[in-house]
Order: sequence, then C-alpha cells, then structure tokens
Amino acid sequence: MARYIFQRIVYMFITMLLIATFSFFLMKLLPGSPLMMEDKLTEEQAVIIKEKYGLNDPVPVQYVNYLANLAQGDLGISFQQDNRGVTKILIERAGPSIQLGAQALIFGLAFGLLLGIFAALYHNSPIDYGSTFLAVIGKSIPSFVFAGLLQYYIGVKLGWLPVAFWEGFEYTIMPTIALAMFPIAIAARFMRTEMLEVLGSDFITTARAKGVNRLGVLFKHGLRNALIPLVTIIGPMAIALLTGNLVIENIFAIPGIGDTFVQAVMTNDFPIIMGFTLITGFLFIFIILIVDLLYGVIDPRIRLAGGEK
Amino acid sequence: MANKDYDKDLFVPLEREDDTSEKISRPSLTFWQDSWMRLKKNTGALIGAWVLIIITFMALAGPFFNDYGFDEQNLIRSKLPPKVQGLENIDWLPFQGTMHRTFEAETLEDAKEDAINRFKRDEENIEMTVVDDGSNGGPAIVDAEFDVYANQGFEDEYFWFGTDTLGRDQWTRVWKGTQISLYIAVLAAFIDMVIGVAYGGISAYYGGRVDDYMQRIIEILIGIPNLVVVILMILILSPGILSITIALTITGWIPMARIIRGQVLKLKNQEFVLASRTLGASDSRIIMKQLVPNVTGLIVINTMFTIPGAIFFEAFLSFIGLGLQPPVASLGTLIDEGFQSLQTFPYLMIYPAIIISLIMIAFNIVADGLRDAFDPKMRE
Amino acid sequence: MENILEVNDLHVSFDTYGGEVKAVRGVSFELRKGETLAIVGESGSGKSVTTKALMGLIPQPPGRIKQGEVLLEGKDLTKMNERQLQKIRGRDLSMIFQDPMTSLNPTMKVGNQIMEGLIKHQKMSRSQAKKRAVELLEMVGIPNPKARINQYPHQFSGGMRQRVVIAIALACNPKVLIADEPTTALDVTIQAQILELMKDLQHKTETSIIFITHDLGVVANVADRVAVMYAGKIVELGTVDDIFYNPQHPYTWGLLGSMPTLDDEESELFAIPGTPPDLLNPPKGDAFAARNEYAMKIDEEEQPPFFQVSDTHYAATWLLHENAPKVEPPESVQKRMQGFANTGASEKGDNA
Repeated sequence: MARYIFQRIVYMFITMLLIATFSFFLMKLLPGSPLMMEDKLTEEQAVIIKEKYGLNDPVPVQYVNYLANLAQGDLGISFQQDNRGVTKILIERAGPSIQLGAQALIFGLAFGLLLGIFAALYHNSPIDYGSTFLAVIGKSIPSFVFAGLLQYYIGVKLGWLPVAFWEGFEYTIMPTIALAMFPIAIAARFMRTEMLEVLGSDFITTARAKGVNRLGVLFKHGLRNALIPLVTIIGPMAIALLTGNLVIENIFAIPGIGDTFVQAVMTNDFPIIMGFTLITGFLFIFIILIVDLLYGVIDPRIRLAGGEK
Repeated sequence: MANKDYDKDLFVPLEREDDTSEKISRPSLTFWQDSWMRLKKNTGALIGAWVLIIITFMALAGPFFNDYGFDEQNLIRSKLPPKVQGLENIDWLPFQGTMHRTFEAETLEDAKEDAINRFKRDEENIEMTVVDDGSNGGPAIVDAEFDVYANQGFEDEYFWFGTDTLGRDQWTRVWKGTQISLYIAVLAAFIDMVIGVAYGGISAYYGGRVDDYMQRIIEILIGIPNLVVVILMILILSPGILSITIALTITGWIPMARIIRGQVLKLKNQEFVLASRTLGASDSRIIMKQLVPNVTGLIVINTMFTIPGAIFFEAFLSFIGLGLQPPVASLGTLIDEGFQSLQTFPYLMIYPAIIISLIMIAFNIVADGLRDAFDPKMRE
Repeated sequence: MENILEVNDLHVSFDTYGGEVKAVRGVSFELRKGETLAIVGESGSGKSVTTKALMGLIPQPPGRIKQGEVLLEGKDLTKMNERQLQKIRGRDLSMIFQDPMTSLNPTMKVGNQIMEGLIKHQKMSRSQAKKRAVELLEMVGIPNPKARINQYPHQFSGGMRQRVVIAIALACNPKVLIADEPTTALDVTIQAQILELMKDLQHKTETSIIFITHDLGVVANVADRVAVMYAGKIVELGTVDDIFYNPQHPYTWGLLGSMPTLDDEESELFAIPGTPPDLLNPPKGDAFAARNEYAMKIDEEEQPPFFQVSDTHYAATWLLHENAPKVEPPESVQKRMQGFANTGASEKGDNA
C-alpha cells in the first residue's frame, strides 16, 4: 500500500511538472507579452519592463526561476490588472467560486443520489423512467445552454429570481441549479446502477431471509455497499464543476475565478490564463489522487488486499 | 389416486420419427442480428437515431432551403424575429415576425407612450390591446405587438429563425453552424478512435514491456485535465476548425485506448480464445475472428459517447471566447452571440440552444441504446 | 410424525418478455418435524424457486405465486403480507444459500450479521446478542470466535464463510431450515465437513431441513426422504431407501444411472438424452416424455397423476398404471441399485 501511494505521488509530480513545463514554453511562444504595446514604449521603458518580468535572463534560467516561483505559489504578474500578482487575484476571487462549487456539489449529489435510489427501488416504474430521462437531459444539455435558458425564463420572463450578480443567497440559486445539473445526472445514474446491482446480490437475499425489513435492507445492507464506488464519479464530477464554473460565473456575472478567466481570455491576459490553467490542472490531479487513495480506504476488501495488518 | 379408466391403446410405446429432444426451440441469431433486434425494441434509441438523421440532413441541406447566404450581412434587415409562411397567423407560435411586450405605467396614455417609444415610434405597425386601463387603481397595462418586418419594409420576406444583429439569416447560420459543429465532433471522434484503438490494441496485444511503457505514458497523460490541454492548445494554434479538432484529440484518445486495452487483455485470456489457440488458430485468425468482433461494439459505443463530448467542448470553447472566429459559425458561437442579446432577442440563442441540446440528448440516448443492445448479458 | 410444513399445489410463474414461464407447476409435499427432506433435480427444475417461494423471496414482479398454499404449522404463508413474513423469516423459517462467497454482506462485520436476526426476533440487547453470536460461531466450529466476530467476511475462507452463513440461519432456532445447495460451491473435503456439521446440528436442535441439491451422493448422506423434481413438478417422492433401492420413475432411473460410483468396475455412466422442456410452453402431457425411452402414447396426451407404490413412496409416471406394460429399469441402473443395496445407501455420500 505504501509503495502504491508513493508511486501515485511520483506520477502526480511528473504530471504537474509536465503541465508546468508545457505552459512555460507556451508562454515563450505566445505572441502576447507585457511588451505588446511596444511601439508606445521608449527603449528605456522596455528595458525596465523586461527587467521587471525577468525577460532578460536566458531561457533556462527563466525556466528554473519560473519553477522556483511556482513551488512558492507565485504564478507571475497579470498583464492587465495593474501588474498585480496572479496568485493574489485568484485568491481574492476564490470565494464565490468555492461557494458556488460546494453548493452545486452538495445539492447535485444529494438530489442525484436520492433520485437514483428511488429509480432503483421502483425499477421499471414511471419514477424510474422519469429519473433516467432527467439524467439523460442533465448529462446532455450543456450547462451554459441550461443556464442561459434558466436565466431568460426564470429570471427575465417570470422574474422569480435575480438575473445576475452575487449579492445574497437568492442570487446563488439559479447558478447553483445550472451547475448542479451534471452532478445530478451522473449521481442519479450511478446510484441507480449500483443500487440495482447491490439489491440483486445474494447477501441482500440473506438479509431478507433473516427477516430484516425493507428499510433495513435498503439502508443497512444496500446503501453502504452501493456507495462504495461513489468515489469513482468524483473525478468526472470535479471536472464538470470546474468547467461549468467558467461559463456559469460568466453568464450570471459572478465575481469568481471562472469569470476572471473568461475576462482574461478576452483581454489576452496570459499570466492569468496560465495561472488558472495550472491551478485547475493541479487541483484536478490532486483530486484524482485523493479519490484513488480513498477508494482503498473505504472498501475493506481493497484495504486488505494491500497487506494484512 | 389414479382410478380413472384409460383406453388401453394409450399404453403402447410411443413411435418417434426422429429425435426432437435436442432441438433448440429458438432460432439462433448472430451477435449483430441479436443486437439489432434489441435495438429495434428500444423506442428511445430509435427516436434518437431519427432525430440525428434529421438534424444531419438539415445541417447539410438546410442552408439551401432559402437563398440567403450564411455570411450575407445587411444591416437594414437586422434583428428581425422569426417569421414562417403559413404559421405567421397562429398566435401562440413564435413565428409571426413580431415583437411582443407588455407595458405598465401609471396611466393608459403613459403605457401606450412607452410602447411607442420602445418600438421606434412606428405607430402604424404597433398593435395595442389594453389589458387594464388603470381605472380601478392599479397600474395601466398595455399589450403591444410590433410588426418588425413591416416597420423595416420586408413584408414579403420570411426569415424562419429571424436575423441576427448584422442582418444575416439565422436559419442558414444555424444549419451551417450545426454542420460545422458536427464536422468537428465527428472528425475528432474518428481521430480519437483511430489513435485509441491502435494504441490500446498494440499495448494489450504485445503485452509485457511494451504494454508497461505504453501504460506509464498513459498514466501521466491521463492526469492532465482535458480542459487545460484544450485551452493551452487553442492558445498556441489560433482558433479554427482544424486547431479545435487537434486540441480535442490531444488527450481525447486516451479513454478509448484504455477501454480497448482492458477489453483485449480480458479477451486474450478468455477460454474461447485459448481454446481457439489450442486448436491451432493463427494470430491473424484470432484477431479477426475473436478479438475484432468482440471489441467492435465497444468501439462503436465509445465513439458515440465521444461525439457529444466533442460537440460540448467546441461549444464551450466558443462560449468562453476561444472558439471559431467570425464569420465562421458553429452552434457554440451562435449560442454565444445569442446570449449577448438574450433579453431582447431571445430567439437568437434559443434555436441553436435547442438544436445543440437535441443533438447531445440524441447521441447520449442512442449510445445508451447501443450499449444495452451490445451487452449479451441482457439477452432474455 | 407431526407435519411442520405443508405445501399444497404450489404454482409459481415468472412474467418475461417472452411470456409466462411456469417455473413451478403444482408442487405438493410435507415436511415432518426433525426430518431432512432432500429435493433433487437438475438445474432449472424449479427446486430453488420452490424454496424461495416458501420464504416469500420470489421477486415480485416478475415472479408471482399463482396458486397453492404453504402451511407453516397451519398458517398459510402465501396469504401473508411482507410485514408478517418478515417476522417469520429468520425466526421460524431460515435459509442457507449456495455461494458463501456472495451471500454475506462484504461491508458488515460477521458478528453484526449474526446479531441482526437475534436483535430483531428475540429482542436481545446488543451485548446479549454478541454473547450468543460467539456461542453460535463456536457451535458451527469456528475457532477463536471472540476475535472472529469483529472480522469482515473476506477474512474468512469459503468453508468458514458457509459456517457463518449456517450460524446466521440457526441463530433464532428456526423450525425449518432451507439449505439451497449449501455445499455445491465448496471443495469436496469441505463439503463433507459442512454436511457433518449440518447433521450434527440437526441432532442438537431438532430443526427440520429442506435440502436442495442436484448431487445424489449428498442426498444419500443426509436425507430421510427425497423428492425428485423435474420441469417444475415433483415426479417421485419417497424415503431414501425407496428412491435408491426401488426407484419407479424413469427420470429417477436416469439420475441414478448418471451418478458415478467407485465400486462399479465396468462403470458405464448413463446419460439422460436431451434437455429439459421450455417452461414457457410446457408440453401438454408428461414433461419427461420427450426424453423418456419408455414413453407411451398417453404420455403425450395427459400428465400422469401420482401412483402410490407404498405407504411412503409415490411416483408420477404412467408406467405404474395397471394398463401399462411392465418395464424394468435399464440394466446399468439395476446394477447400481444392487450396489446401493449391498453397501448401504448412506455410505455413498463420501465420494460425492
């Protein structure tokens, strides 16, 4: 087990290094730089600016400096936002993004799992078909399309909820729902399949033969076993939330990281784009690692396969 | 117990013409026939397949249904709402070529004035119905319908999905966009399939050290999120049909490679393959007769799931401003443009949004149906 | 002897896309106090469905009990609702399943799985139940039970797991224990141990056992009486001696003939030709007729009733009708019957 964890962490670092290296050389290749408005700068100004961004050093030195900075959490300086540090900007903007992501995750998981449980319990009934249909819809319709429609019909036409901005709980409802669609869909689908499989297994019959009642069979014996593989959908869910955040924040004008990113794309603010990309990449890699390790901890069968205590 | 009398003739040995005891009561079906039969029973998948066929047809033929070019700008006829021959007089359908809005004000006069001001002061073409004249204390409410076509002098023209802010025919653009979105997605899925199948197949079939190295590479690549790769790639290769396709395939082939590898590894050691080998079948025979038929289903299913993924990503990139550049349109850029004026001209976003949703849902349902159809465990 | 369980004319069907599969088509038998009744038959003959129906564990839909009654001490189980059945299951009627690898909950400690029934049916406190669980594990021969109750199923071997399953089944001293092929998934040496354990426990607890198997060796070893099932019906019912020394139904002959024995030199195994009928469209007459070399015209016309051979022995075959020609079992089967008579049927199980 220890060897496995070690191996996984090594892979994680290789992947991170790869991403970091890739994005560094990409920065070198890109047409945009702090000197984009070169014509307007005097020679001296250009030198000062180059000095400031460390662009006078040879590329390998820049690369090492870049990695060293990265290791300390320094993602460089924004081109557009008054030369402020990218890390600082991203941290400032993290709040709404984290709140939105967390709300969507909790709501999506809870609602999706419930939907899946009911679909399995009432297998081949209208409830089952309804939830399966909802899952297909949720999985299929892009979150920004859904968000746009939601905003237009609920926000503009009906006026039930605020159309945009981030000024209180009611402002979070529509973005949360829009972002939660995909988690709901995969959680419901996952739970239905797992639950059906578990409820069809022999030990459930054993439990019923013991005289355990319906709820006991469902929760004590069924749910726990069905939930074990839940960690496997955390990966896709994390990607969906991270991806969705970008557009949802943009649509609802939420001052979060995603919105910052989309603005940066529009203004060619490469350090922010890179910083965001790196952070997203690292976050994602880290989640995958945690998921893999968790899987071993949760399932006693796997835990033991790793080595008898 | 058995006291009833039976005819003695019945107690003579049975004459049997031929041995029917080993007869199999159901006709034997090949794998594909069997899958096809199951697919035919799946109404949802069939509907999905038809939706895809119709949308593909429209994507190819739709732009030729009228004479407007997808890039034909004409600012005089900009922002015309949808209007369809024959449907223009049906009130509840949004194809009348009019804009419709309710105005509220203190007095009836004010409300009417608001409406007239809102609709270019063209009283002639505004049809107003008074909902509430404000006499009972509440605000006055006026329902105004503005004939945009008449106002701009296009009474005889019909733009089925309306026109965009530059006066381009939205119908032509939507289908043209669908064409491009589908093209990118299908191309990307095809490249993913070729690379994935080759990589996974080689890795699994050769096994040993080759497999080891190839898997290490995958383990590192799999960690890189798709989103990151695609964004970085688009930044290098300026956005275009080809660059988006390439960006999508850079890590897109990995799931396919893993699935194929897993399946081939599993098949390689299964009894029927071992049996075939024991009987002296050659490598090529084993590949053709045992492996290929057993992975084809998986390849088809997985490709069917890749396509909507690619459509989504293309649209997503367009939406965050990394997509195709004008005048080229894809569903993503259309939705993005439509979103900018969602509050005033919702039809600009709604039609491409409906089509992209239909495509995604249809692909997912068909892929689900295929998966169920190919899974022999489900055989009843 | 007193009947503890009576099954009368039980019909169970499954509704599938292809139509109604008549899995059990009129099964009747009775189980006496303290006896072991073996139900024998090949796969798909309806043995497992019958016992699942007794427990009320037929998944509904697609399954349903079409008619018939299951009387446990006079109370009809088929008329009970789920809640009433839950009180019976595990307390009066319990079950051991075929595959010990899958019949235990992998995420629950073994002790908790045993205690569950005790807490529910005997209203024990957790500590009492735990004490009893340790006793039960000791009783089924698991060493160091105090430590073992805190382990998970995957930490047990197959044979040990089956012992746990037996402990769970016996936890509340059930009146009837249904064992659905409890030794099929086990190694031969372990099979013998488990059979010994079951016999031993039956002595101690006086539980009546319904033992389902397709292994005649096991039958000879454990059963008092035997019911032979074919295509959803019982075709022959009698004591072990009746079935082994004086089988009447051609299907039973086939089963006996297909059973390998060690002491038979020119050991030629007899295979029953063909396959069981499709229960979607069961034949009008005797379901076995198509595979029966002694089949008569009437076998195609009408299903045979039960003919009484002796006080304890019944068989459903037209060959027993007074008008039927006298037919002797095939020679190889006769030899085998002879062999059983010489060695004593109850010794046969050891080479199963």
